[in-house]
Amino acid sequence: MTQTSTVQASPEAPVKKARTGRRRPASSSRARTSPTLSILMTLMLLYAVVPLLWLVINSTKTNGGLFNSFGLWFADDFALGENLTKLFSYQGGIYSNWLLNTVLYAGVGGIGATILATLGGYGLAKFSFPGRKWVLAGVIGAMTVPLTALAVPTFLMFSRLGLVNTAWAVIIPALASPFGLYLMYVYSQDSVPESLLEAARLDGASELRTFLSVSLRLLTPGFITVLLFTVVATWNNYFLPLIMLTDPKLYPLTVGLNQWSAQAGSSGASEPVYNLVLTGSLVAIVPLIIVFLFLQRYWQSGLAAGAVKQ
Amino acid sequence: MTSVTTSAPPRKTRRAKAPPERREWTGLAFVLPFLAVFVFAIVAPLFYAVYLSFFQDRLVGGSFFAGFANYAQALTDPLLHVGLGRVLLFFAVQVPIMLGLGLFAALAIDSGRLRAKGAFRITLFLPYAVPSVVAALMWGYMYGNEFGLIRQIGDAIGVATPDLLSASWVLVAIGNIVTWSFVGYNMLILYSSLRSIPTELYEAAEIDGAGAIRTAFSIKLPALRPALLLTTIFSVIGSFQLFNEPNVLRALAPTTISSYFTPNMYAYNLAFNGQQYNYSAAVAIIVGAVTVVVAALAQRLSRAGEK
Repeated sequence: MTQTSTVQASPEAPVKKARTGRRRPASSSRARTSPTLSILMTLMLLYAVVPLLWLVINSTKTNGGLFNSFGLWFADDFALGENLTKLFSYQGGIYSNWLLNTVLYAGVGGIGATILATLGGYGLAKFSFPGRKWVLAGVIGAMTVPLTALAVPTFLMFSRLGLVNTAWAVIIPALASPFGLYLMYVYSQDSVPESLLEAARLDGASELRTFLSVSLRLLTPGFITVLLFTVVATWNNYFLPLIMLTDPKLYPLTVGLNQWSAQAGSSGASEPVYNLVLTGSLVAIVPLIIVFLFLQRYWQSGLAAGAVKQ
Repeated sequence: MTSVTTSAPPRKTRRAKAPPERREWTGLAFVLPFLAVFVFAIVAPLFYAVYLSFFQDRLVGGSFFAGFANYAQALTDPLLHVGLGRVLLFFAVQVPIMLGLGLFAALAIDSGRLRAKGAFRITLFLPYAVPSVVAALMWGYMYGNEFGLIRQIGDAIGVATPDLLSASWVLVAIGNIVTWSFVGYNMLILYSSLRSIPTELYEAAEIDGAGAIRTAFSIKLPALRPALLLTTIFSVIGSFQLFNEPNVLRALAPTTISSYFTPNMYAYNLAFNGQQYNYSAAVAIIVGAVTVVVAALAQRLSRAGEK
């Protein structure tokens, strides 16, 4: 993946381009809208949206209502409030634990990973030190290693260290984000001018001070991009917490919801709680959808940087 | 393992791209916190996995060095073969469909022939924000017999819909979930790449009298090559490491999806339901190696096509 970067490496970061406004390709000079294209794209839009709509609509139904009404329309009784109340009180209110755990894991993991990636990426981009190339090669190599393959050995290692079934078992692996470091490396190269650093050094500022007072401000858009991606990755993680945690009180939303679903599927002693799984799923994705809608330009620039630079 | 990074001989050739030589160790101090976590959470488990894969456990006598025995067993293990074959089929069928749709959407949004293209871009990307577990649960219920949307629609228009959670359909059902989750993501990567094509190229093409289709093939597709490669590599990893979707659907269709449905599920169940940690490590390494090799092959093919 790295070799292509030399071919592609334009001095101007795509991250920056995304911010410098819109450049329309020349084809817009004869902008005619195409009906065929509009119809096909509307079909794709429906494909993306209808399942989410289905989730919203069916979160308003009771268990009985789910079976008695058409999936894309509301049932006779509107039970969203009732479902939400039940959601947060079922099994002693364990859903609140899951929600708080998810916020904790994603928050601490995401913020920590972003700080480490920013410091590291900046260090690699702006300083030369023995072993720099090795670090870069190692990080880029790690980006191609499928991390799920490491889950079982990580579990065994952590169980020897007594970390299994603690919040740390989920947070520590979330702190290492090779992709975040690579993004901040590219971003530091492009957005922190050498001359600015020289000026600060001539003023006698220490490197840490220069970083905090000069560079960090320039790195803010990159920082938020990496933060967004690491938070979402941890929020959505399922495999790692599934392996690491046995105490349901420590579960994040993903593991907890699937446990409820499995309980609903098996015809065991407990009653199926389809309505709670659906309402719980809705509550789990609403924060992410809001974050995505409000921080659009950051995820777009993040993807752009990853795509063009690699 | 840190010695790799600190004791590497300083090379004089690095001058080409590296920043000016100064404050040699300050840079390392910036990188050190990341390195500590990186080594602890990624490098160490990697080596530990390799170490584990060379041992075996016996009821009597405990753990002993077994050489390549675990690997030999894995390479002839029919359960692993079935899983690998399944994800290979999944990769060969699902990935072209998903990338094709993503490419179509990116070109359509970039073409300037669409009203409200911002809305299309954002909405198509939204499913990416949905955790794979929630996506699988949602679709799983829509597929299902109890209050499944697809069955309801089929009944309403009088068409008999197949049971999407049955053995013959479940891979299609999973492919649809993955496509739904990632089409917008791939579209956005490709679209970002289209946006970075210099405007002069389009102007030159227009002066030369090239139409929209011609421009797409001569300018846009070649410029998309790196982004297409990236999305392909992500798809290789996603396919060969498939776990979340089938594991969630398994709760809804326990008889259809076996414990070795994908290689990753096999490795997981070996370790956590069978306590065969050493063998599980060997399986995980083989699957990881296959993933890396296929990803490298994709890259090689792409570069060969460039010449």
